[in-house]
Amino acid sequence: MSKKLRVATTSLAGCFGCHMSFLDIDERLLTLLDLVEFDRSPINDIKHCGPCDIGIIEGGVCNAENVHVLREFRKNCKIIIAIGACAINGGLPAQRNHLDLASCLTEVYLTEPGLAHGHIPNDPELPLPLDKVHPLYEVVKIDYYIPGCPPSGDAIWKFLTDLIAGRTPELGHGLIKYD
Amino acid sequence: MLPDNETRINDSAELWLDQAVTRYESDSSRLLQILHEVQERFGHISQQATGILAEKLDIPRARIESVASFYSFLHLKPHGEYRVLFSDNITDRMLGSEALMEQMCQLLWLQPGKVSEDGLVSINTTSCTGMCDQGPAMLVNGRAITRLSHQRVQEIAQLIRNRTPLADWPADFFRVEDNIRRSGLLLGNTLAYGEVLHAAVTAGAQQIVEVVKASGLRGRGGAGFPTGQKWEACRNAPGKEHYVVCNADEGEPGTFKDRVLLTRQADLVFEGMTLCALAVGASKGFLYLRGEYRYLLEPLHAVLQRRRDSNLLGISILGKPGFDFDIEIHLGAGAYICGEESALIESLEGKRGVPRSRPPFPVTHGYMQQPTAVDNVETFCQAALAVQMGAEKYRAIGTEKSSGSKLVSVSGDCAYPGIYEYPFGVTVREILQDCGAVNTRAVQISGPSGVCVPENEFNRKLGFEDLPTAGAFMVFDDSRDMFEVARNYVHFFAHESCGFCTPCRVGTSMLKQTMDKIANGHGTKHDLREIDKLDRVLQNTSHCGLGRTACNPVLHTLKHFRPAYENRLKSLDFKPAFDLDGSLARARQMTGRDDAGAHLKETE
Repeated sequence: MSKKLRVATTSLAGCFGCHMSFLDIDERLLTLLDLVEFDRSPINDIKHCGPCDIGIIEGGVCNAENVHVLREFRKNCKIIIAIGACAINGGLPAQRNHLDLASCLTEVYLTEPGLAHGHIPNDPELPLPLDKVHPLYEVVKIDYYIPGCPPSGDAIWKFLTDLIAGRTPELGHGLIKYD
Repeated sequence: MLPDNETRINDSAELWLDQAVTRYESDSSRLLQILHEVQERFGHISQQATGILAEKLDIPRARIESVASFYSFLHLKPHGEYRVLFSDNITDRMLGSEALMEQMCQLLWLQPGKVSEDGLVSINTTSCTGMCDQGPAMLVNGRAITRLSHQRVQEIAQLIRNRTPLADWPADFFRVEDNIRRSGLLLGNTLAYGEVLHAAVTAGAQQIVEVVKASGLRGRGGAGFPTGQKWEACRNAPGKEHYVVCNADEGEPGTFKDRVLLTRQADLVFEGMTLCALAVGASKGFLYLRGEYRYLLEPLHAVLQRRRDSNLLGISILGKPGFDFDIEIHLGAGAYICGEESALIESLEGKRGVPRSRPPFPVTHGYMQQPTAVDNVETFCQAALAVQMGAEKYRAIGTEKSSGSKLVSVSGDCAYPGIYEYPFGVTVREILQDCGAVNTRAVQISGPSGVCVPENEFNRKLGFEDLPTAGAFMVFDDSRDMFEVARNYVHFFAHESCGFCTPCRVGTSMLKQTMDKIANGHGTKHDLREIDKLDRVLQNTSHCGLGRTACNPVLHTLKHFRPAYENRLKSLDFKPAFDLDGSLARARQMTGRDDAGAHLKETE
């Protein structure tokens, strides 16, 4: 192989479970490192993403910062993969979608007993929450999806090696799981 | 489930429940019928009633709740003394149903889908109620009301506010017209009731099968399976019992011919069923009547009773020993999927209407796993006519592969909506001329799951060779937006998906979301490609025909009316599905922030 592919990963409104599952490829991580180079990823703590071949994103979109990060990935990555239930459907964080955001904030910061002089945090440093949690495909174009909560290390390995080898990724029976 | 804050069921109510269960012989396969009665009597199926029924029928509560929650006309929580459902077919919308519903909500101070605070009334939409030729239509506590207008809606709101019992509402509200515009061999027949049966009893079972086979008769529910072949297979299938089922769950939006047949030709329908019983050796038959046609129940019961009194039903029919047959009417409860024959059978057995895996087919493993002949209302009528006329004469009508006549339910943009009977082979153009349609842009044949025919194809012919149809014929003139037509149908399928298989449950919802995204002005070319992908998943992987046909309206309108979609697209390659900055508004309001970081641009 002439040139290593650049891969970036991030977790938005997710639990890092998909990243943990990614680490479950175990010693194959070393093989992977022969084939790819990591750009922005929790693995190396690079803060911003540069031009990449593959972007892997876990978690849905729950606040303004998620939108910015997602857009940074879309701008820089040729291929974007949504990984896991939250990225694909909103998942667990989207359970809040049937609640009104204002009443959530009111209850958590203002009316909950035991809060002294509570106020809703309004520091400009903090990203504002969206009124609903959205799957990635509603905010940017997504090229591939790896379902599962989380998908297994084997599924991630198969998907990435297919992609790196230039094959259309095909998980097939046994590897494709929705739970 | 949350406890419902109702008063406890009193002794007289418990006695009533007891009697209801006894009336159905404590048979849990009659659960749906029992629940219907409970719903009619109490307005909903309370936790307490569920508990009592579970005990008396000796089944788990969960089974009762699972059945009740499947059917949209049954409610496990109080839903108002008056439950108003506006028919939401595209033809109702074209006649202004949306504005009428809004008006009614305003008059009664209420939001769609919610029960008013005093528990008086709820207002919502429901799938097509089969009154497309006299819409807009609604159901109030299950009773059909036609020809809604602002005036009528105002009167209805007043009657509800005054708590006037439904029985005292003006009879004109409930008047349902037959609107027969063109008759043929079926609607024009002058047979006396019992006439066909008299002749057939002499000829015998084998002869009936032979004639129906030779007549070339094919099922009128849309799929067009040869009726004689079905009856023969059922007759030859081994089983303790054989059953005859008439599918009158006429749920395909835009179809209302079965309603008219059951109003005007009920004897012929039952005659056909009885012939079938003789042919296949059945002693029990069911008419599965869609819940929307609840008002037909009493008249149909009267016809059945008259036939029993004339020895056309019952023991030793017409004096033929061993020819015992009777018919029971089973009322549906607002589930389109129950028009699929195996789902219908599940529903008959008192279960959720989830389609079975086929094969085995109902002819060998149907009701109670016994051989069952399931046919459409019109098919039974046509079978009786074929037997009466003889195969050769019957075959001479229509085309080579589609013999006989077909009832067409015409609605939409035309001067004379109603029922038209034609020999097979009639062109779309001829029907349009007869019904007084002008400037027609397209016709939707056989409902949302059927075919959208554009103007340059109006010479196509109804029949199994070209355009098979269950009968719906919805006309759209050049003022109509075919994208909105397709979107209405997509919403219909998403609502009616039974939820059993993932491709259909999720796929129809995703299709709906994508169509809504385009409608809301967020669509791009990318979304059209996504629709294309979804269509393939639905077609290839759905469990039953509902999912497989759910994408037809989109496929067909995209093919013939692509600009209707493209006009709505943004020219960009991709757009978010919702207003990003708008969805921060709530948080901005709560935090009092308005800095640059508190806003998002639509695209970067």
